[in-house]
Amino acid sequence: MLGRLTLAAIPLDQPIPLIAAALVGLVLLAVMAWIVFAGHLPYLWREWITSVDHKRVGIMYTLLALVMLLRGFSDAILMRSQQALAYQAPGYLPPEHYDQIFSAHGTLMIFFVAMPFMIGLMNFVLPLQLGVRDVAFPTLNSVSFWLTATGALLVNISLVVGEFARTGWLPYPPLSETAYSPGVGVDYYLWSLQISGVGTLMSGINLVTTILKMRAPGMTYLRMPMFCWTALASNLLIVAAFPILTATLAMLILDRYLGFHFFTNEAGGNVMMFNNLIWAWGHPEVYILILPAFGIFSEVISTFSEKPLFGYRSMVMATMAICLLAFMVWLHHFFTMGAGGDVNAVFGVATMIIAVPTGVKVFNWLFTMYGGRIRLDTPMLWAIGFVVTFTIGGMTGVMLAIPPADFVLHNSLFLVAHFHNVIIGGVLFGGFAGYTFWFPKAFGFRLHEGWGKAAFWCWIVGFYVAFMPLYLLGLMGMTRRMQHYDDPTWHPWLIVAAVGAAIILAGIICQVVQLFVSIRQRASLRDETGDPWNGRSLEWSTASPPPAFNFAVLPEVHGEEPYWGIKQRAHEQQHLDNTPDYEPIDMPRNSPTGFVCAFFATLVGFALIWYMWWLAIVGLLGAYATFVVFAWRNRVEDVIPAETVARIDQANRRARARALETLEVAS
Amino acid sequence: MSDQAAASQRRHEAGRTHDKAPGEPHEEMSELTNGVRNYLIGLGLAALLTAGSFVISETGLIYGPVVPIALIVFAIAQMGVHLVFFLHLTTAPDNLNNAMALAFGVLIVLLLIGGSLWIMSHLNHNMAPMDQMMQMQH
Repeated sequence: MLGRLTLAAIPLDQPIPLIAAALVGLVLLAVMAWIVFAGHLPYLWREWITSVDHKRVGIMYTLLALVMLLRGFSDAILMRSQQALAYQAPGYLPPEHYDQIFSAHGTLMIFFVAMPFMIGLMNFVLPLQLGVRDVAFPTLNSVSFWLTATGALLVNISLVVGEFARTGWLPYPPLSETAYSPGVGVDYYLWSLQISGVGTLMSGINLVTTILKMRAPGMTYLRMPMFCWTALASNLLIVAAFPILTATLAMLILDRYLGFHFFTNEAGGNVMMFNNLIWAWGHPEVYILILPAFGIFSEVISTFSEKPLFGYRSMVMATMAICLLAFMVWLHHFFTMGAGGDVNAVFGVATMIIAVPTGVKVFNWLFTMYGGRIRLDTPMLWAIGFVVTFTIGGMTGVMLAIPPADFVLHNSLFLVAHFHNVIIGGVLFGGFAGYTFWFPKAFGFRLHEGWGKAAFWCWIVGFYVAFMPLYLLGLMGMTRRMQHYDDPTWHPWLIVAAVGAAIILAGIICQVVQLFVSIRQRASLRDETGDPWNGRSLEWSTASPPPAFNFAVLPEVHGEEPYWGIKQRAHEQQHLDNTPDYEPIDMPRNSPTGFVCAFFATLVGFALIWYMWWLAIVGLLGAYATFVVFAWRNRVEDVIPAETVARIDQANRRARARALETLEVAS
Repeated sequence: MSDQAAASQRRHEAGRTHDKAPGEPHEEMSELTNGVRNYLIGLGLAALLTAGSFVISETGLIYGPVVPIALIVFAIAQMGVHLVFFLHLTTAPDNLNNAMALAFGVLIVLLLIGGSLWIMSHLNHNMAPMDQMMQMQH
């Protein structure tokens, strides 16, 4: 009945995960109790859980990412403190627990922080920037989000029920095969990634279709904001690369569940093939993460320099070149595997070539700032911090692309420092810049500047203090994932790194405080006009928060930076464009399909991990029934009457007209 | 439906009724008949190619060593038939996205398969095969 699930699966003898889980459980229970007793549940169900509005889905994605960031970061604190303590000592984390922590840290940070952060921002911003009312497939969007949440939930369940993988964030066989990892850890990893991977793939298809098919009238490809271009490239990579991940993990699942021999040592299996396939997905994956961040920085730097983006077309070319080259470099992750000098040379050179379009981008950002009227608001601070930090990370990446150097540095802390340098300095800073930049658009009030700047300085100082010592340690020969060590020269540097992690913790605390302070002071931080930063693209032309239909009338686009053009025209004519004719608008109906599907997917995942075959069948049937019910629905859309559209739009037009008058008086 | 009607209207006015890709509707025929006809042609071609593959491999109709090459040719033709008649890939301007997506997909598949074969063959050349490595441990 319960498969291999017994009471022994709950780690009653290990206090740390148990206390952590109990705390998280209490907080969750308290939040849920508050929601139910305060009567917020119907609102939450109607307006958020069943919502197919791209803005709501995007916000939920981002929220998931921020919550998982807290979880992943607590793993990081555990690892840094363990290594600071474990000089000629066992530390406080036993090896089998330490192995789970670094595996969970990597898995969470990539799949459930970086990915939902970027996908959430793309979801929220893309339709607004393109001047349309929703993504191409709104309900599919909701399903994608809830499947991602399912994956995150399964990883977190592994904290209390059973264990997580001890294989690292990519489960290399033969360690991940049944012979060496008989427990449920790898199965938790496999099923949570398979389920959330389906969500990611559907989200990629959805956003590619949105960009290619659903642009405002006049929005030609070469008039799209830079963020739309990088999102297009990133989602093309998702569509092309994620099937490789799914297929590779499916082969490992067949090995583990049905006794196949794709990646085993014996019976003709080939462990090296797993490395090859997983990195054929893994390298495009890092560009899936960094490309949207490049787009965010392009928007932020151009807005806060009050200049159009320098070299727009070269930026487009660089983005698409990265999109293609991302598929030609994957071997640099396993130079030491033994494919020989010829193969290594080709992939090493290809890796160095991919640094060229990235360099083009860095110079374009610098030239955008050159001669601009730079405002140092929080998003711009993140952007400048990114340019410096990411350039250092990129340089060490080019060093690692030299095969002989890689033979020395492979699997060392130098590598760990390198990829944290580009992922924190690139993706995470990009996420934070976008979060601060678009927060007023999402909620109608800005985030508190003082706390935001404090968070930025803690993060960037903490980052350098935590990760520069790791470069040194890597050069001194320290390998990654060490539970304890005996070398006295490493110890001081690891203490410095732990101090850095503590400074980053201060940054995260600043961000939490910032959110609370901003909500409390929302009246004084209110964004009346919908254009708090003097923006240039279409998302700033509508109210903050945007109405469900985004735009009362679809905007006509006549050039690059359409909203900047609209504003210039309003200044010249000294009044807004004429009141448009309002028409009723059809909007997609909310649907619980996504949530119900994800509920059944959670059942399927949990059942397969614990060998409860009957429950897996129940879950699959339930998910299929949900799909059938959705396919047979009668009403697809709700109509918003013209009067409502007019009323909502008039309120925003009045605010803008007032702002324009103030400007005229001032000048 | 209305898009297609408008498109055919435009073509009619331009007098370009002769230039048509497979899958595009004929004005003189109803949409249904036309669709069914196209699917039937596709089905016929696909069946013919499948039967052809069996014939050349089972009988001595063509020179033995050439059979694999012939099978590859038939397989690629089969893909073409599917793309044109079942997935409605045409050269019409509104089909550019589909053609681009196909090209991108083919490129990625070629890179992945070609790259993997190349990497793994070099690896196997440089390293002892896995079963020998296992024997060395004993």
